[in-house]
Amino acid sequence: MKAYDLTELALRNLRESSLRNSLTTIGISVGVASLVAMLSLGIGLQKLATRRLVSSGLFDTVVVMSRRDLRGFGRDDERNTATAAESRTLDESSRQEIERLPDVLEAYPDIRFITELRYLDKPHLTMVSGIPASARSSDAFAGIPGSFFSSDNASEVILQKSFAMELLGKTPKPGQEDDIPVAELARPLLGQELTMRYAQRMPSPSSTSDASTADAAKAKSGRASAPNENESAPEAGYSVVSREQKLKIVGVSDLDPDSMRGAARARAFLPLKLAEDLHVMQPSDLRDSMRGFSKQPTYSTISVRVKNPKQVEAVEQVIKKMGFNTFSILDATRSLRQFFTILDLFLGIFGSLALAVASIGIVNTLVMAILERRREIGIMKAIGASDGDVKKLFFAEAGAMGALGGVVGVALGWTIGHVINLGTNIYLKRQALPPESFWSVPWWLVGAAIVFAFVVSLVSGLYPAARAARLDPVRALRYE
Amino acid sequence: MTIDPNPSQNGSYAVRIADLCRHYQMGETLIRAVDGVSLQVGSGEFVALLGSSGSGKSSLLNLIAGLDRPTSGAVIVEDRDLARLSREELAKYRLRTVGMVFQSFNLVSRMTLAENVELPLRFAEVDRGQRSALTRQALERVGLSGRTSHRPSELSGGEQQRAALARALINQPKLLLADEPTGNLDSHTGAEIMNFLREFNESLGMTIVMVTHERTLAERYARRMIFLADGKLTDDQPNSAAVNTSMLGERG
Repeated sequence: MKAYDLTELALRNLRESSLRNSLTTIGISVGVASLVAMLSLGIGLQKLATRRLVSSGLFDTVVVMSRRDLRGFGRDDERNTATAAESRTLDESSRQEIERLPDVLEAYPDIRFITELRYLDKPHLTMVSGIPASARSSDAFAGIPGSFFSSDNASEVILQKSFAMELLGKTPKPGQEDDIPVAELARPLLGQELTMRYAQRMPSPSSTSDASTADAAKAKSGRASAPNENESAPEAGYSVVSREQKLKIVGVSDLDPDSMRGAARARAFLPLKLAEDLHVMQPSDLRDSMRGFSKQPTYSTISVRVKNPKQVEAVEQVIKKMGFNTFSILDATRSLRQFFTILDLFLGIFGSLALAVASIGIVNTLVMAILERRREIGIMKAIGASDGDVKKLFFAEAGAMGALGGVVGVALGWTIGHVINLGTNIYLKRQALPPESFWSVPWWLVGAAIVFAFVVSLVSGLYPAARAARLDPVRALRYE
Repeated sequence: MTIDPNPSQNGSYAVRIADLCRHYQMGETLIRAVDGVSLQVGSGEFVALLGSSGSGKSSLLNLIAGLDRPTSGAVIVEDRDLARLSREELAKYRLRTVGMVFQSFNLVSRMTLAENVELPLRFAEVDRGQRSALTRQALERVGLSGRTSHRPSELSGGEQQRAALARALINQPKLLLADEPTGNLDSHTGAEIMNFLREFNESLGMTIVMVTHERTLAERYARRMIFLADGKLTDDQPNSAAVNTSMLGERG
């Protein structure tokens, strides 16, 4: 029989016992819907997690360090000049070189220092960090009370919640929850002024250095980073000058400092350019002083943001070849991906169970149809239908129910998903949390679900179709 | 008696049956529905198979129709032994060579008349356009052109059997097999159907094998009467008394 005739006959037959066939089709639809719902949830959650992680900046960032620094840690006196030649100084020119690499969005130095911030004439010692303009859209700073920095060198500061509490004298006692909303903390602070006192490093014309001057510099700079120290050290190759900088509070972020990207682990944030221009004494300056001072600024670490977390590994390799050490949390994403693969698998299995039940429904419906249409099958065989014709007809009926059930099921699953998402968002809204989309129905899932339903239905039709084809026409016609 | 399967000697036979047996096992007892029957039916013959119920006449017809397979022996149609055909070939044989009419009409109840008549053409993979033309022709031939979109249940028994006749004709088979075609009809409509059978036999040259238990019907229409009892052939006699269409014309 021709394919078109077959389909036409099959659809015709399905319309005849419409109640039973539509119930079976609904069964398939529910199976497909649950499959789609489960997998969409898995995929949606995965996307949500990835989105969150990408915006946290942990997974698209490569931290670059100089090899000298690493070797230097704890082994200051063991300086191997042979390998030192292979490694490079992490200075401004290498930063620019890294920034020019393909797939690299930006490379910025991590500038962090502990210094004193005065608010209402009370000194507070804290870690201050420079934040690039690109952080505007990151989790830590998007949607905070107040605003992000007006420019990359504005004399502005964003406070971390715990530091804001400290400034207001509301520091919770240990073990006590701090449940003051960040917006409430921000209200009295926004627009206020802070005074930052810091130790500025100034290059000096005499840049000779030996072991003794290095020791001296270490001792001095150690004191220089402490507040109220105003002293110069010209024999170390640079001088340290105490300076003051007025800063306007523009925002308060409530992100836990420990969960933020490495460089941002601080309690007060400055625009990166401003932080750079201040030339605050950095710990790495000590080592620089030992091996000679260069004209251009050097950095202890550089954060490199990559366009896509997938490219992190490749970019890391390139930077390593350039002679630097790198670090990223790529391995963490790898295990996360593994987790979601397993989650998807489990959700898929549960969804498939519903479809398996539905496929038993197809078998049942078709076997019933054979009993009911025994005579019809006998007639068709008597007038010349081959075993294949009968088999194909039952197959087509199973396939049609499957395809229809698949389409309806995908629509149903999509609807269920959106209703759940909507309901959850209403709940999130009540909990004063931002709405979240943890639901994703990609096109491939739509196609795959329909094809899957179709294939499962065909497989379910195998036995009934074979049974119908085997029917003995003489006995079928005798049957009343 | 055996039959030489060489076609050249037996070209004029529509059906040749040799030592044909069909035995069923029913519980402990072996039922010999057809038990060693041998006979030949010439091309264009109108043969009646007569016998009481359980004589094996319907079983024999089913074997000729290729609906059933013999336990032993041979049924040779168009030089092929049906017993040796594959299931697929047998289906083709039923589709192309044989047309069948049953006592209970056996129309598919969920389909309209036209669809019922058209059904064999679908299995024969005939194009749609050609199909509807052939269907119309066949229905016209049995005088049902006005009722093509009715379902079988909306028609009288005579009309249903006429539709079944149209369906049997549609693939232009050489052999028309009828199993008690008038069994469910009153004598008037029964005669109508028999006249159609005779017409097909005379004008289309179709070989007809009809199973009946009504001797009068056989005597009136068939040219040859074969009697069966307990699966065995008991008598085989020509029937010169059969009325042909030209005689009817003279009388009418």
